[in-house]
Amino acid sequence: MIEIRLHGRGGQGAVTAAELLAVSAAEGGKMTQAFPFFGVERTGAPVQAFCRIDDKPIRVHQNVYEPDVVVVLDASLLPVVDVCAGLKKGGVVIVNTKKKKEELGLKADKVFTVDASSAAEKYLGRRDRVNTVMLGAFAKVTGLVPMDALKKAISHRFKGDVAEKNIKAIEECYNSTC
Amino acid sequence: MVKKTVEGSFAVAEAVKNCEPDVAACYPITPSTHVAEELASFYANGEIKEYIATESELSSMSACIGASAAGSRTVTVTSSQGMALMHEAVFNAAGNRLPIVMIVGNRSLSAPLNIWNDWQDSITERDSGWIQIYCENGQEATDAVPQAYKIAEAVSLPVMVCFDGFYITHAVEPIDVPTLEEVRKFLPLFKPAVKLDPKNPISMGEYAFPSHYQLFREDLHKDMLAAVGKVKEIHDDYAKMFGRSCGNGLLEEYRSQDADIVLVSIGSVCGNAKEAIDQLREKGEKVGLVKLRLVRPFPYAAVAKALAGKKVIGVFEKAYSLGAVPPVYGEVLAAVADAKAKPVISSFTGGLGGKDVTVGNMLELFGKLKQGKKLVEWV
Repeated sequence: MIEIRLHGRGGQGAVTAAELLAVSAAEGGKMTQAFPFFGVERTGAPVQAFCRIDDKPIRVHQNVYEPDVVVVLDASLLPVVDVCAGLKKGGVVIVNTKKKKEELGLKADKVFTVDASSAAEKYLGRRDRVNTVMLGAFAKVTGLVPMDALKKAISHRFKGDVAEKNIKAIEECYNSTC
Repeated sequence: MVKKTVEGSFAVAEAVKNCEPDVAACYPITPSTHVAEELASFYANGEIKEYIATESELSSMSACIGASAAGSRTVTVTSSQGMALMHEAVFNAAGNRLPIVMIVGNRSLSAPLNIWNDWQDSITERDSGWIQIYCENGQEATDAVPQAYKIAEAVSLPVMVCFDGFYITHAVEPIDVPTLEEVRKFLPLFKPAVKLDPKNPISMGEYAFPSHYQLFREDLHKDMLAAVGKVKEIHDDYAKMFGRSCGNGLLEEYRSQDADIVLVSIGSVCGNAKEAIDQLREKGEKVGLVKLRLVRPFPYAAVAKALAGKKVIGVFEKAYSLGAVPPVYGEVLAAVADAKAKPVISSFTGGLGGKDVTVGNMLELFGKLKQGKKLVEWV
């Protein structure tokens, strides 16, 4: 079972991102589960959301403590939240930032960065709408979710123009993650 | 059936819609808000006949009582403080023998204020005369909805479908939601024996003198006890039609038949217990789980049978009765009281207000039980 933890701030859509991941992975034929942990229910407060992907039905219902993959939607969380807590050996961290991975000082075997905020601004008109965009980076880095399944999940969730813009932003992130 | 990767709340709401309620009356509260919200949008789309956005949960239950008495199939949705606020009407609904279905996203009670999961809200209403079904995951909760209506209308008692707040209400999982056409084949139209009707006026909810009040309560008690059979029968019918079951409809035995040590619990934490049991079984430890589905009426005979011959039993519950033994533990004690061999029965209260109960915690509980001593503790 692959366990994923997403870190974001209230309003950035970490919960929706976890759900879209689950839906995309299910489109790709996997068993999935996603659920949020709400702290104080307010905009800007640190939020966690979880996703599990497996080949067999998932019956565990608990928070994710030892993730295989961590996705950080907002790099301003790095000084206040230990995003690498419990990360498995060989685990992956994907951070939305303009900085180089060496500058982040994260204690993880594999760190990837992507400037999702700029892509979000370019295609969606808002720098904080990075939740869907980061899924492009997730797809690239982990290979756990096929891009066509991700696009299908996006088209199912959003209508017309909004879906198209999200898909363009996702594709840009898919290609620019390093 | 349509298999979707969908949030538990939305699947449950869709199952409610496919039962074609005449009246939904709701006041939103975390963590069951999404169910109420979804029912409201079904109403906005013309898929539910009436949705009353009430000003409080007491009004929601009162509206359901009125609508149900007039012969409507009704639903409300609540959690925590909302259920506490409707308390007096909850007793009224059962006393008037109205087959209302209430969806409960289980959450702790104040104070201190807390929005997360335990079972204290519905467990506190255990003496009200409502049938209570508890669900492990989104699929079980979704499947419980059509069954709840069929049970309620067959025995003229209200039914709560309880599922864990956040753990299940907000978990996105693959769920088969029975379609409208499928539900129609399973669930007959609601035809109450008596109802409020201006053309044929009757009184309901009458005053009862000391000469009669207790008789009503005794009737209610006897019918509650007898409802165990109907819950099982309707579960079995559903399983036959839809190919999905939850144990025998009253409880589920997971690797417990040949086990020496058995844990008894309820709800989503049972999935974590099953995971722990599989790990321990690989090491050769004979452990198992009895998951309670029906908590009111309490299926004493089924529990006694499932626990017969067990040496060590532990009850884990996210509920309490302050200053007394925890409620589910008390019931299990009563269920095995007449057993010839006296098992060691321990009680663990935990997971309150969202305190996460992990597979690791379950392994710890089995470790404690293995020592064979009676424990009554908060974990």
